[in-house]
Amino acid sequence: MHIVVSIKQVPDTSEVRIDPRTNTMIRSGVPSIINPDDVHALEEAIRLKEQFGGRVTVVTMGPAQARDALRETISYGADEAILCSDRRFAGADTLATSYALWKAILKIGEAEPVDLLLCGRQALDGDTGQVPPGLATRLGWPQLTSVFKIEELELSARRIVVHRAVEGGEEIVCSRLPCVITCTREINIPRYPSFPNMVRAARYQPTTWDKTDLGIDDDSQIGLRGSPTIVSKVWAPGPRKRGATVLIDGSDPEAAASQLVRLLMHEPLLEVEVASAGDKHD
Amino acid sequence: MKRLKRRTLSEANLAATDRFDVVVVGAGLAGTAASYLLAKAGLSVLCVERGEDPGTKNVMGGILYRQPTEKILPGWWKDAPVERPIVEERIWLVTPDSMVQGGFRSARYGEEPYNAFSVLRVKFDKWFADQAVGAGAVLVTDTVVEDVLRENGRIVGVTTGREQGDVHGDIVIAADGVNSLLSKKAGLHPELAPHQVALVTKEIINMSREKIEDRFLLNANEGATIEVFGDSTMGMLGYGFIYTNRDSLSIGVGALLSDLIKKKINPNVLMEHFKSHPMVKRLLEGGEAKEYMAHLIPEGGAASMPPVYRQGMLVVGDAAGLSNPIYREGSNLALMSAKFAAQVCVEAHERGDFSAEMLSRYQTLLDESFIMDDLRGYSKTSSFFQGKPQFLERYPEILVDALHEFLTVDNVPKRAKQRRILRQVLSRRAPWELARDAVGALRALT
Repeated sequence: MHIVVSIKQVPDTSEVRIDPRTNTMIRSGVPSIINPDDVHALEEAIRLKEQFGGRVTVVTMGPAQARDALRETISYGADEAILCSDRRFAGADTLATSYALWKAILKIGEAEPVDLLLCGRQALDGDTGQVPPGLATRLGWPQLTSVFKIEELELSARRIVVHRAVEGGEEIVCSRLPCVITCTREINIPRYPSFPNMVRAARYQPTTWDKTDLGIDDDSQIGLRGSPTIVSKVWAPGPRKRGATVLIDGSDPEAAASQLVRLLMHEPLLEVEVASAGDKHD
Repeated sequence: MKRLKRRTLSEANLAATDRFDVVVVGAGLAGTAASYLLAKAGLSVLCVERGEDPGTKNVMGGILYRQPTEKILPGWWKDAPVERPIVEERIWLVTPDSMVQGGFRSARYGEEPYNAFSVLRVKFDKWFADQAVGAGAVLVTDTVVEDVLRENGRIVGVTTGREQGDVHGDIVIAADGVNSLLSKKAGLHPELAPHQVALVTKEIINMSREKIEDRFLLNANEGATIEVFGDSTMGMLGYGFIYTNRDSLSIGVGALLSDLIKKKINPNVLMEHFKSHPMVKRLLEGGEAKEYMAHLIPEGGAASMPPVYRQGMLVVGDAAGLSNPIYREGSNLALMSAKFAAQVCVEAHERGDFSAEMLSRYQTLLDESFIMDDLRGYSKTSSFFQGKPQFLERYPEILVDALHEFLTVDNVPKRAKQRRILRQVLSRRAPWELARDAVGALRALT
């Protein structure tokens, strides 16, 4: 079985600060990590490989520093890692990104057909969750998003059964192979890489493909030119207003309870809050 | 170091994940320097570091010397991420409200090839490790070495805290810093005693370049150091320091651990005391504390050094107790010890002999160098000043009061003034005590 995992290197948001003047993320000096959801996708791929045999190829698009993230995937047990890097890829939105990655997956498939594409559900920095569906569409493969459990996989019958998280419950879905699966964090607990794999990762040099390697000669689909999305404004939400605090004397429980009821029923601000909360979440 | 013909063993080791010619534990200055030199000599080298990246767990005051580092990497300062070349070194002796200062500044230090640089270890160590990896060393980070690996009582490698974590090496170099877990596991030395180490706390305080250059009277991109003795350590054996980085200050204060214990002083309290000294506070105003760290420094000199070799193992840098704090030396000793260790590893590898006898050559190289000479001297210095708080409490006060008297203009004849000063001094310290301390200090420092 050949599994491809598409990953993204993201700034470690636990260390991100917002520039108070420009309201943009201060990226300089912020360490990069593999997008957390993607680590779960990678772990799931390695588990499937251990169960069914085969190989795992990791692919990403990004600048040269993304090689660190790719090397790290080798420590989990990936067999090969490919970096799609070209100056022309810069400034790509989800549409242009999925185009370049699609080309890369096609090229990976030429060497050995791909049975499964695993991705994280969404990236920590952009939070859009759009690249995997974009890939599925371009590949013409079924897409199974927000998967938290792989129930069964039958290689000979070319089918897979998964559990998807949907609003208010879960869905058990069967799909043919190949397909695209996006994983949530509930799917597994990533392993602590073994020492031999740490050494392999330390020595590993990821393969790099530029746009020529990917057979892209039309620049209108990649990078800034291939990106119709415009971010008009990014801002940090202002601090919440603090409500008034009412202290109820609890020495007489009965009087306290009736005071609380009176407050809840007649305090206009509370009524508004309750009503609007109900509207929103219906 | 001459380049080796690779032996068959090395060749096999080049692809293996569990067998190397040399396993280096710790990617600080000593560990990385040894890894770099060994890889360059054609040996297969594994360097294991517990931090996420080299430098994230490493602490020093922040001054790296140009010449000793060039013994490892000629011209290193042209490419390395250094902060500022140091052109001025000041020494302050302080009492709670006064200060006596001395220092040296030279424009020569502001020109190539420079004398010393302030560095931030997080940046520098990563760069340094990149040089070792570029030379062919294998660097595994985020991994703790838990023990030496033994076969029939012989050390044959190390055990890491990961699955399938055993890794073989003909020689293990313990470069795991002060309080070296590995040399303890190898039976080389017991726990350090509180009087053998100083505990230093340090902060990185962000400040604009212009402000730093104005406050420290520096030309653009030049740096200064200040070492502060006396009230800075609340009378304990140690000192405070302030070093200028590009756009931050490194400030720290350290005292002998046994003094901190005896006086029941929390290191944070000591740090706050140092930072709030009127002369220090003024330099820090408007800065923003960015990082906080603490570190132990070997203080015992040669007398506290563990055995630095045994069959299959060498100990380098802080792990070997190589530090000369009064001269602010440590990094240079670490680098030189790494160079000697690498040299001995290459010779041992050529002969296929990893016995204690073969590796004792490392001890000989240390003995023949300036390192052991200096550290024997430091043992003397350190043991003399221990338990003599008068040097950092009484004497600074006497000196400050004498100068205060001398420089206060109050229409007293100079001759009377000198007599008054002498009376004041003698009333606080008997002549024989003064003479004994003066002679003792002179002996201890020379």
